[in-house]
Formats: sequence, C-alpha cells, structure tokens
Amino acid sequence: MTTLPAKTEKKLGLVIDLDTCVGCHACVINCKEWNTSNYGAPLSDVDAYGPEPEGTFLNRVHAFEVTPEDGGCAQTVHFPKSCLHCEDAPCVTVCPTGASYKRTEDGIVLVNENDCMGCGLCAWACPYGARELDQLAGVMKKCTLCIDRIYNENLPEEDRVPACVRTCPAGARHFGDLGDPDSEVSKLVAERGGIDLMPEQGTRPVNKYLPPRPRDSAAASGARLEPVAEEPKGFLAWLDKALEAI
Amino acid sequence: MHPAPSVIFFTAFSGLGFGLLAWLGIGLPDVTGRPAFGYYFIGYALAVGGLLASTFHLGNPKNAVKAFSQWRSSWLSREAVLSVITLLVIAPYAIGRIFLGTDWALLGLAGAALALITVFSTSMIYTQLKTVPRWNTPATPVLFQLYAIGGGALLAGQGAVAALLLLVLGAAQLLAWQKGDRRFAEAGSTAESATGLGRIGKVRLLEPPHSGRNYLMKEMVHVIGRKHAQKLRIISLLFASLLPAGILLFLPASYATVLLAVVVHVIGLLTARWLFFAEAEHVVRLYYGK
Repeated sequence: MTTLPAKTEKKLGLVIDLDTCVGCHACVINCKEWNTSNYGAPLSDVDAYGPEPEGTFLNRVHAFEVTPEDGGCAQTVHFPKSCLHCEDAPCVTVCPTGASYKRTEDGIVLVNENDCMGCGLCAWACPYGARELDQLAGVMKKCTLCIDRIYNENLPEEDRVPACVRTCPAGARHFGDLGDPDSEVSKLVAERGGIDLMPEQGTRPVNKYLPPRPRDSAAASGARLEPVAEEPKGFLAWLDKALEAI
Repeated sequence: MHPAPSVIFFTAFSGLGFGLLAWLGIGLPDVTGRPAFGYYFIGYALAVGGLLASTFHLGNPKNAVKAFSQWRSSWLSREAVLSVITLLVIAPYAIGRIFLGTDWALLGLAGAALALITVFSTSMIYTQLKTVPRWNTPATPVLFQLYAIGGGALLAGQGAVAALLLLVLGAAQLLAWQKGDRRFAEAGSTAESATGLGRIGKVRLLEPPHSGRNYLMKEMVHVIGRKHAQKLRIISLLFASLLPAGILLFLPASYATVLLAVVVHVIGLLTARWLFFAEAEHVVRLYYGK
C-alpha cells in the first residue's frame, strides 16, 4: 500500500553544504553514470547529439544569485537538488499502483518500476521536481540514495556512499542517518543551522541544506580604504593643468 | 501545467457522462425502452470514453490495471475503482429501464450517488496537490460537480433546470478564476522559501541546471498560451454557461435545440478545462525562475 510508514528505523539522507558547493556538476554526472547502468531502467537521453538534447537526471545543479536587502554585494549560490526523501512524502500517497513507497528500515523513497504505469501524478505531487518520467522507458525515475551502493558489500567500504557524495571534489555533500542525533550529519546540521526546502509544503524533508555562512560586508566592517590623494601632484598635476589649458 | 488532450478529454467527458448517469439514476427523464437506450448509451459512451482517454497519457500502460489497488491512500486509485463500481451498479438499472420497463428506484439512486462521488474523486486527484495552489482549494470539487450536474442536466433534457444550473456554474467558474489568480501568492512559496536563501536576501535564478528542456519543464512549467487566458475565459464562460442557458430558455424546446446547446456547452467545457490545466502554476517553477 502506498501509505507512509508512521516511523522509520533510520532516516538516511544527504546534507548539502551550499557554502562549499562550487557548481562543478560532477555529482550530476556521476549520479547519471551510476544510475543509468545499475538499478532499474537506464536514464535515457533524447536527441543527445542534436540541437535540442535532453534527458533524465536524478540530480541537477541550479545556480542562484542572492542579493541582500540592505544593498550589499550579491552572491552566487550553487544549488544541487535531488529527492529529499521526505517523511511526509506526497509522491508516495498519490501513487495509484503501489509503485511508490517509503522504506520502513531506512526511510528511502523508491519506485518499483515493475508496478509503475507512468501516469506522472507523483511528479506533480513533488514540490521539488525530484521525479522525472523517463521518456523512453515510460516509468518514473528518482534518486534511490544509491541503494545499490550503500549496502553493497562487493564494493570497498569507502565506496558505500551515494555516487554524488563519493565524487564531490569539494566535500559539499554528506551522507548519513539524520534520525540519529549523534551522527556526523546530524551534528553538522545542528552546528550550521541546516534548513528544509519549502517548509510550507509540509513535506518534512530528510535531506538538509547548510546555508552559506554570513559574508563580510564592506559597509558593515568599515573596511573600505581611505583615498590616498584627492588632488594630483607632480607630473600628473602639470598634465592635469596642461590639458585644462588646451 | 501541461494541458495534455488526454487529461482534458478524460476529466471533461467522464464528468459529463457520470453527470448524465446521475440524472438518469434519479429517473430524470423518466424514459424506458428505445429512448432509454439512447440516453444510457450516451452516458456510458461519455464515461467510458473519458476513462479510456485517460490511459493515453500513461508512459507504461501495461501496468494500468494495478491502478485499482491503492484505494486506501490514492485518489487516482479511488477514482478508478469508483468509476467501475458506478458503471456496474447502473448497468442493471439501465437494463431494467430499457428492456423490462421497470424502475428499480433504490438501485438508480445508489447509482446516481456513486456517479457524483466518482466525479468528486476525479476532482480530488487535482485538489489534493499542495504543489499546485490554484487547484488546492474547495473550489475545484465544487466546479467539477457543477460541470457534471449542469452538463448532465443539459444532456438529460432538463430544460429550465439545466439552464439554471449552467448559470450557477458560470457564476462559480467566474468566482473560482478570481480567487484562483491570488492562490499562488497566498500559498506562500517563493524562490526564497524554495532555496532557503531568503534569510540572505532576494533570490533569482542565475543559471538553469542545463541548456535544454526537461520533463519537469514540459510537464509543470508550462507557460505557452497564458497570454490569451483572458480571451479564452470569456469564450469558455459564454460557451459553457451563458449561450447554452440562453438557447434552452429562449429557443423552442426540441431535440435540435438541446443538441445545439450541448455542442456549444462542450466547446465551453473543453476551453475551461484547457485553462484549468494551462493556468495552473506548479511550485517547481520557482527553481526554474519562471
């Protein structure tokens, strides 16, 4: 049944540090590479070498510009976005076939592709755009939190994390149990004031985002240097006068 | 949202069909034999045709039969189950009317109630989505119900009653548009809440994640055609409500008059349903700077 479990034993998820992400898209590429060749239908591309290429991705990196209200300097924030494995996942309860479910043991939200009829209602129910209907396979694709890596004992231990986390060269992505207050990820969220995306939607995401730390601002710190000279002297003063005279 | 023809035809025609079956279920018009066959044929053709249309937008239709399984949690599944139950309950009542000339009134009433509950469950597929604030309001089930009952009355040849219901429908539709235009802002999702960056300042999209389009943008960030929305609203109000009501009230009653009113109403209904999808804004557009 596509009802949500009242409680999950673990809350596996990602913590994404917006201060550290450099927007290199390595997580996007490694996600696609791993997930197109492992669990479920491949992530297809359409018109891959033509003028309008598009395809299915489980993780995409947006870039936003944030401008402080007090007129300070704008800053660029790279913003990776994938399934947040919500505790109140609306995508699960709308599913008519029972294909979408949330696992009781670790809270991962998955799609059973053998049951999915490709109606797309779960993608409509998700506020975050985390689900994409594969155009060739006709079934719904979403982040599996690399379920085929994290429990895979055939892989070396350091590889038993989601592909996006493993590949991130900046260390902006962290994986762990957010239901355990003593886990590294929970401590990170507590320390940095991790936030939920669109809390008003009531989805209670498991994944958290660490907001960029406050930037120094020139106006607040008084760091602006005094001008060393208002009036030109020497050769420049002569040049100034000479040009005035012409 | 992308106004896919399959979902427009599904909601419009299954609504009309179940609306007509609801009227037939309460014995209006009180027909038996050959005329009853005509009415029930139209009702079933519309309801079943609409339901079949809904399967055309499925990516993987071989699993469609599994949609009957999740009625405990999913409105789409409830809709599937209820529509089949409704059609099965009304079938013996229709057979009684057509072939035996009898009126098993209780069976008819049960069928009529089920038909309206089916329309309600169709509307709840859209109403339940918090991600589409324009739909996520009681106005959605009220409108779907009025389109079904009003259009059904028109098909059932209910003359003045149908005209009155269509006028009520027009007023409700107008009100729903006015309230709907404010819903996205009222729901409170912004680029700031979507990114959590509002505490720093104003957020705008600097670079989209990719240069091309994707499934999400095609399905949920549909913006084409909104510029004609005002004109289309006037057209749908005229055709769905005012014109057919006028035709029923002021032209001499005959099959031809009703047929004309039905054709006009269906044009208005399809236009209104196109707008229902095309004008609906999904919160995911905030991540795409739209």
